[in-house]
Amino acid sequence: MGIFKNLFGKKTPVVETVVETKKEVADENVSIKEDKEIKHKTMSEKIKFTIDGKECLADKGQNVLDAALDNGIYIPYLCHVKGVKQAGSCRVCNVKVAGRCMTACTTPVAPGMEVENDTAELRDLRLSIIEALFVEGNHFCPACEKSGNCELQALAYRYQMMVPRFPYAFPQKKVEADNSKILIDRNRCILCKRCIRSFKDEKGRSYFAFKKRGHKLEISMDQEVAKNLTDKKAQEIMNTCPVGALINKEKGFDEPIGSRKFDKTMIGSTIKSVV
Amino acid sequence: MRTTVKNIIGKYNNDKTRLMDILLDTQNELGFIPSEAVEVIAEGCGLSKVDVEQTRSFYHFFTCKPVGEYAVYLNDSVIAKMMGRDEVAKAFEKEAGCTFGNVSEDGKIGLYNTACIGMSDQEPAAIINDTVFTSLTPELVKDIVAQMKAGKKASEMVELKGDGKNNSKLINSMVFNNIRKSGSVLFSDYEEGASLKKIGGMTPNEVINEVKASYVRGRGGAGFPTGMKWDFCRQSEGTHYVLCNADEGEPGTFKERVILTEVPKLLFEGMAIAGYAIDSKVGILYLRYEYKYLQAYLENALEEMRKNNLLGKSIGGKEGFDFDIRIQFGAGAYVCGEESALIESAEGKRGEPRNRPPFPVQKGYMDSPTVVNNVETLCSIVKIVNNGAEWFTMIGSKESAGTKLLSISGDCKFPGVYEIEWGMRVRDMLEMVGAEDVQAVQIGGPSGVCIGPKDFKRTICFEDLPTGGSIMIFDNSRRLIEDVVTNFTDFFIEESCGSCVPCRAITVLMRQKLQKIIDGHGIMKDIDDLKNWGEKMKIANRCGLGQTAAAPILTTIENFREKYEALVSKDDYKSEFNMAAAVADSCEYVNRVPNL
Repeated sequence: MGIFKNLFGKKTPVVETVVETKKEVADENVSIKEDKEIKHKTMSEKIKFTIDGKECLADKGQNVLDAALDNGIYIPYLCHVKGVKQAGSCRVCNVKVAGRCMTACTTPVAPGMEVENDTAELRDLRLSIIEALFVEGNHFCPACEKSGNCELQALAYRYQMMVPRFPYAFPQKKVEADNSKILIDRNRCILCKRCIRSFKDEKGRSYFAFKKRGHKLEISMDQEVAKNLTDKKAQEIMNTCPVGALINKEKGFDEPIGSRKFDKTMIGSTIKSVV
Repeated sequence: MRTTVKNIIGKYNNDKTRLMDILLDTQNELGFIPSEAVEVIAEGCGLSKVDVEQTRSFYHFFTCKPVGEYAVYLNDSVIAKMMGRDEVAKAFEKEAGCTFGNVSEDGKIGLYNTACIGMSDQEPAAIINDTVFTSLTPELVKDIVAQMKAGKKASEMVELKGDGKNNSKLINSMVFNNIRKSGSVLFSDYEEGASLKKIGGMTPNEVINEVKASYVRGRGGAGFPTGMKWDFCRQSEGTHYVLCNADEGEPGTFKERVILTEVPKLLFEGMAIAGYAIDSKVGILYLRYEYKYLQAYLENALEEMRKNNLLGKSIGGKEGFDFDIRIQFGAGAYVCGEESALIESAEGKRGEPRNRPPFPVQKGYMDSPTVVNNVETLCSIVKIVNNGAEWFTMIGSKESAGTKLLSISGDCKFPGVYEIEWGMRVRDMLEMVGAEDVQAVQIGGPSGVCIGPKDFKRTICFEDLPTGGSIMIFDNSRRLIEDVVTNFTDFFIEESCGSCVPCRAITVLMRQKLQKIIDGHGIMKDIDDLKNWGEKMKIANRCGLGQTAAAPILTTIENFREKYEALVSKDDYKSEFNMAAAVADSCEYVNRVPNL
């Protein structure tokens, strides 16, 4: 499954340097203007709105996050998966509309809506959430199979997290290897619900679900439903997890550390306008 | 066991949306919900085991281990503690022979802590096998445990009887209503069923307009105009539902318990009016499990109303006015008082608040347009219909029409329920309840605000100090930060659904920082950190619980900053780590004195 395509609206992840990316962003602005003029007549049903003052177009019913990505604007997120029912749980995509915080992934675009995205206040809010995720779990990136492909790690780099403002909790978490294909490492789980929302069997039963609540919340996998996972499904599950909590068993890696998705390109820097 | 569980599932037609009832009945029948039962339920309802487990593990009163022949749930709210709860707990441990969180060796008695059970005016209180025991003392505990050991039923242990309808056969409880002040709306006399006859001669829109004209606002705390809510719902297409939120879980609240005891039919009548107005045939009373002892009484009230043609088909003889009510019990989750979490729970799921939009009036229960109203709101509407909107607007303050029930507890001579007109000054309220030497008043429960004497001139109303009804009073003998703020914050940590990262993680981090300050390791920056982190909580979380989880800390920093400053050092840096203590063991082992 083209999970990368789903996440970023791109066909293949592009590896490029940060300097080049900046240039590309500038180019994107030009191309958006041109696009708008061309598409203006054919897409009269598009809704106009702004993000940080920049004019954007959205489809009717589209959420702010997807619309922003389509307009070449990156709003960071961890729990969102395009096409899957939104959770609005990571709170990283919080934007401000009319002075109120709301998650971009759960807010439909309204005509004339003025969205604040890249402000100092929101940057700090997002960083604090990322830091909270780091301290509530045990994230040892150098030893993690997902390093370089991990969205939490990539966001920490993007927001230049140094020492978290919160003390580390170093909680004890269970690792579960009962399933033949998937290993669950709860040390790394950020409880984003992506796996819960994305995978149901043919009878509509869940592969994954939450257990308990609050700070004791954890992810659990149904061993009965997930008994006969195919390799393909297992790979999909691992790819859907933004971090290294769901790992394919008995498989090494295709790409070495250093040449993975976010090793050279900052997360969110390769978004292109498709509007 | 499998047969028992299968029968339970059959009773609810293998319907997964009735999972709460299936689990409640299973817990009741077996005394716990073993994983084998989870398996049977999953199979019967077409769910995976983790689907069932996620609901089971969400609620406090569902357990995966036996809770004992007698399950004692002792309230550990701050009010309970102020009234001597810790001595009572010790007595239970001594007499039962086990500590809290455990079951005695013979499997007879289980001891558990639980959040506020709605008895703040008669604490310490406990629920034992669905029977409520109030005003407990170590002596009473000795007696109760002796009776348990003798095998007496919990419901038969009650000798002292409460006041009002608590005395009735179907309740038979030692609970006291303590209605100290009756106002002109909720506890005034009325003719049963008169409002239903009256609306029979009105169109649904006329009813909604009457409610709108009364300016009645939601009594749960948020204060949304009820008439508008009904109008939105009526305009949405689909099957409509009326849900009544009787999940009063805000610590310090107990007024709905009193309404349900004294005037349940007033509430059901209000629900029927809502049903008529929004064109709904189904009403659900979502009732917190703590009030299970009212079940038989409430079911009987519903039955009597059906007999009197005040519920059921063609209510009051009006063709097409069909409406009936079922009671849905919760199972111990404060967050289910949030309307969309309540809906999730009523559908048999975890009580996680939903994202908005869509709003419940568009997509609520079963994804259909749903009105969720507070108990008090619906009761007020009966009187609005009877006496007219104008009558209602004459009562109360400028932006808050009508009366408000307050549940007042803590340091005062007359704790209990008071029906006041909106707009009463805090100072007058304190005088009314006989409170002296007051240090602080918690308005609206832990999720509200904590105010000091400088704010006692303020008024209780939507435009100044809004409240769902919980008022807790702390006199100058109480330790505000050490005992009150910590208790409230622990409550929010325990009750968070865990979905939003800030609520799940930062509340815990704030609690740790608070402990650091209390332990004497804090510096001035720690107070500012708490403030900054708390401000983020206010804006970043989805629901009211998350947005207010930092309120106990934030509002006390705002109004009692000097108490925090007195606890912290004025240094720029203070280690919270004691090196000498940390290396003491190893130094001793190698026979060396720490050189610090």
